[in-house]
Amino acid sequence: MMRYLLPLVAFSVLVVFLLIGLNLNPRQVPSPLIGKPAPEFQLQQLQDSDKTLTSKENLGKVWLLNVWASWCVSCREEHPLLVELAKSGIVPVYGLNYKDERDLALQWLKQFGDPYTVSIRDPEGRTGIDYGVYGVPETYVIDKNGVIRYKQIGPVTVEALETKILPLVKELQG
Amino acid sequence: MKKFALLLALMLVLPSSWAKEAALVAEDPEIERRMIHLSEDLRCLVCQNESLAGSRADFANDLRREIREQMKDNKSDKEIVDFLVARYGDFVLYRPPVKPTTFLLWFGPFVFLAAGAILLFFYLKRRRRQIEDPALSETQRQQAEALLKDSKGNNA
Repeated sequence: MMRYLLPLVAFSVLVVFLLIGLNLNPRQVPSPLIGKPAPEFQLQQLQDSDKTLTSKENLGKVWLLNVWASWCVSCREEHPLLVELAKSGIVPVYGLNYKDERDLALQWLKQFGDPYTVSIRDPEGRTGIDYGVYGVPETYVIDKNGVIRYKQIGPVTVEALETKILPLVKELQG
Repeated sequence: MKKFALLLALMLVLPSSWAKEAALVAEDPEIERRMIHLSEDLRCLVCQNESLAGSRADFANDLRREIREQMKDNKSDKEIVDFLVARYGDFVLYRPPVKPTTFLLWFGPFVFLAAGAILLFFYLKRRRRQIEDPALSETQRQQAEALLKDSKGNNA
């Protein structure tokens, strides 16, 4: 009996492990920045090139930092949600225009709507490296103390917004 | 002859002009060598089965530039790796560090090896006991002899 049971048990354990492995997404690399202060930046604003925005200006409020680019296809997917979120006024969304050209970025906003309180420019992707960006779009939830609390890799979905981002924002706004 | 001279002149001039161009791509061969060596052990997060050294992704390009710049600033390899790990996590390393969360990864195979060796040991021990010819008792031997004699008599 044992000689048939043992291989069967071993096989079942292997199948369970393989199933778990199949359902993990290798693109979802956990960010080591969660729970750490958001890296500081001082960047030129997209709309008004004479002005800059520093990360310190946002201390004291909960805000979202959405990394986007006009060349990014999935950004179009999440964009209507961001526009809606901005209209609701629940939480300000700041845009980090990542490795983009100013003209194209402005045109893109004109075409799809501009949900951003302010968009800042990171044409060489340096601030992106500081934030551990590797696949646009990415969205960070940053609390009143300037600490990163959540990172959404890939487009923001209705599900992620309703189950994770908005409850967290409400809790942080407290 | 004139054509030949022109060709010869071109052959002499062109390689040197190409050489200048190549020099522009890698400003400092020493840093380039160090950067390639370091980035061979780093993962490109966009195309995860490629190293930073081998990837053509734009992202890998940016990180190579970052590494190059930090090397110019006399940062050590360890400082640069720490910089990347702080931003992208241990996942950028092709050789994961030994720490409690990776103990299973590092030592798991040895546990399996030990378990296999123990199982094999006991299996062989049991098997030997089964294979060994059980010695015949005196009465069994006599019985066998009688049977052999009997069959001989029948055959004859």
